[in-house]
Amino acid sequence: MEIKTKKKSMTNHDNSIRISGAEAVIRCLLEEGADLVYGYPGGAIMPIYDELYKYQDKLHHVLTRHEQGAAHSAQGFARTSGKVGVAMATSGPGATNLVTGIADAQIDSTPMVCITGQVASHLLGSDAFQETDIIGISTPVTKWNYQVTKASEIPEIMAKAFYIARTGRPGPVLIDITKDAQFDSLDFSYKKCIGIRSYTPTAKLSNKSIEEALELINQAKKPFVVWGQGVILGNAENELKTFLEKSGIPAAWTILGLSALPTNHPMNRGMVGMHGNYAPNILTNECDLLIAIGMRFDDRVTGDLNTYAKQAKIIHLELDPAEVNKNVDVDVALISDCKISLQELNKKIKTKVYPNWIKRFDDLDKIEYDKVIKHDLHPKKEGLTMGESIEMINKYSKNDAIIVTDVGQHQMVACRYAKFSRTKSNVTSGGLGTMGFALPAAIGAKMGAPRREVVAVIGDGGYQMTIQELGTIFQQQIAVKIVVLNNDFLGMVRQWQQLFFDKRYASTEMVNPDFVTIAKGFRIKAKRVEKRDDLETAISEMINSKEPFFLEICVEKEDNVFPMIPSGASVSDIRLE
Amino acid sequence: MKNITYTISVYAENNVGLLNRISAIFLKRHINLESFSTSASEIPDVFRFVIVVNTDADRVRKIVQQIEKQVDVIKAFYHTDEETIFQENALYKVKSSSLFEERHIQNIIKSSHATIVTVSPEFFVIELTGFREETEQLRKDLTPYGLLQFVRSGRISVTKAKMGISEILNTFKNTK
Repeated sequence: MEIKTKKKSMTNHDNSIRISGAEAVIRCLLEEGADLVYGYPGGAIMPIYDELYKYQDKLHHVLTRHEQGAAHSAQGFARTSGKVGVAMATSGPGATNLVTGIADAQIDSTPMVCITGQVASHLLGSDAFQETDIIGISTPVTKWNYQVTKASEIPEIMAKAFYIARTGRPGPVLIDITKDAQFDSLDFSYKKCIGIRSYTPTAKLSNKSIEEALELINQAKKPFVVWGQGVILGNAENELKTFLEKSGIPAAWTILGLSALPTNHPMNRGMVGMHGNYAPNILTNECDLLIAIGMRFDDRVTGDLNTYAKQAKIIHLELDPAEVNKNVDVDVALISDCKISLQELNKKIKTKVYPNWIKRFDDLDKIEYDKVIKHDLHPKKEGLTMGESIEMINKYSKNDAIIVTDVGQHQMVACRYAKFSRTKSNVTSGGLGTMGFALPAAIGAKMGAPRREVVAVIGDGGYQMTIQELGTIFQQQIAVKIVVLNNDFLGMVRQWQQLFFDKRYASTEMVNPDFVTIAKGFRIKAKRVEKRDDLETAISEMINSKEPFFLEICVEKEDNVFPMIPSGASVSDIRLE
Repeated sequence: MKNITYTISVYAENNVGLLNRISAIFLKRHINLESFSTSASEIPDVFRFVIVVNTDADRVRKIVQQIEKQVDVIKAFYHTDEETIFQENALYKVKSSSLFEERHIQNIIKSSHATIVTVSPEFFVIELTGFREETEQLRKDLTPYGLLQFVRSGRISVTKAKMGISEILNTFKNTK
């Protein structure tokens, strides 16, 4: 590799070169194929930023407007590109500002490497300026973390960081590097990590469990598949499709499993969980075999565990052994990468059809359509609905956009109604439910899939949590489309207040600024839609724009998202109104 | 499910921060530890944590799954008291005068099989290794004579069953 600083470097006899720790960090990133980082400079990470300056033709640094934005951008990038996202920050507040993004990546299994600067090693523990124990703080929310205090440790630790972040069940890794370790020099040579003796990324699949699973599938009269993000993380979309088509088993997805199978695939029966579809929730408690693929039985999926699929045998295809029998006791566990498990099942699975069982889904779908979907997508009332807004985005993006969502009502509506043709097209904060996720995540999502249309759908509440990232979007000219579904409320909390707290709307009404003016202040093209007649033109203009575009859609203030499984209720007690 | 005492044994790399990572698993689930001790193990460069908790079978299984999931943990096990050989160690510091003035104290030391570690003009220190009930009984017996200090170690234990850590490490070496 030719580098600008080669003149300064001395080549040693063992092919290593003498460089600074800071330069070593950059070269490690390049060795790992990371040519894009999100971050924010500061005192304790300045040596690394100085090297970023020298390497700017090889490594693109995106200056976000807040470190949380850097973390979420790195997540968005990882989710659409399938690569490891990288975020950087300085010590102290820089590092703590990353923590929300790290926690989000941990619970949603997103591969990410965070690099933080730290005060010089002789100052550690002295409460120095901008010193914080980020290793202690980040420990419960990282897959692995490590504090580097010697320059010579950098290549091996960086190699381990990337290896751990992307293998097995992916997750965030934080590497904290003291300032002296960045300044000191080392003999640099890079070896990729190929294994760690205490860490087994993927267990070997047992043949016996495959046979047991096939036996259960053969006996089943009403089998049902629920898949999650494991299918996407394991690149097992084709294997899933083959499995469903051959076996004839209807399937539904968790929120993070969305887009692994095209929306219009006949075996795709919608979403499970709190605001999922009627049929898959009800039929979870009617099926005689539940096949869970790359999902972890989150409480938003299962509702009350004491009444969850008790009548069914359960097969769990899962990579992480700690997820097996954690929330739901299973009959057969296939502990391995679900791509491998599905390949093994597909070799021997019998071709079948279940017409009566499928008809149950069709019948319940019709009930949901009449009670809910029809009114969401084709409203008779004056106010605009979130559902019709999403439907219009589907129309103009030809069901092929990457949809990035925040957290709340708009997220549930977008996940229910957005249509997808390709995988890795749904980017949302699932497990942690991080408001403020979408705008920065959309930046990363677009940079991870530059040729795709990226539409961020955000509520007026979450939008204002990371609104400063409009600055990043303008500076980098990232052509994301931003849709704020504005109901002047923290809509999901308001819905719960209406349903469960006797309409005491405590601190949920928002007196909002003029969002269009704000976007224009950031020099981003902006429009507002208040009437149904203007919706189509505005969305068409937005999708056709080659530049970033902001669209505020003023929707009905007090709409609710249905169906809904009240918190703690059974999946079969799902309410349609 | 009934709460009983479980001994969790963890074989791990000796990395700064792993202690935090493991204790965080208990903290997150609001589980109090009865004791926690770390030491070298039979394998060079491999550390062993012995953690004692009072909980039920379901929770201890899930905790051990979470511990084993940590990158720096080679293997984690849990066992009931019947499945392990375990001991605790206690030190008792008593005024020297009571050793000579109270004849009864000598009988207590003798019958408890404690050993005298050190004697000085002001105080003497005795040591006892055994089960919790034994070290606890001695503490109660000595209290009336002016127990100046008392300390008890966490449980250390070995299992009756084979652990097979070297095999795991060899498998890794051979496949690499």
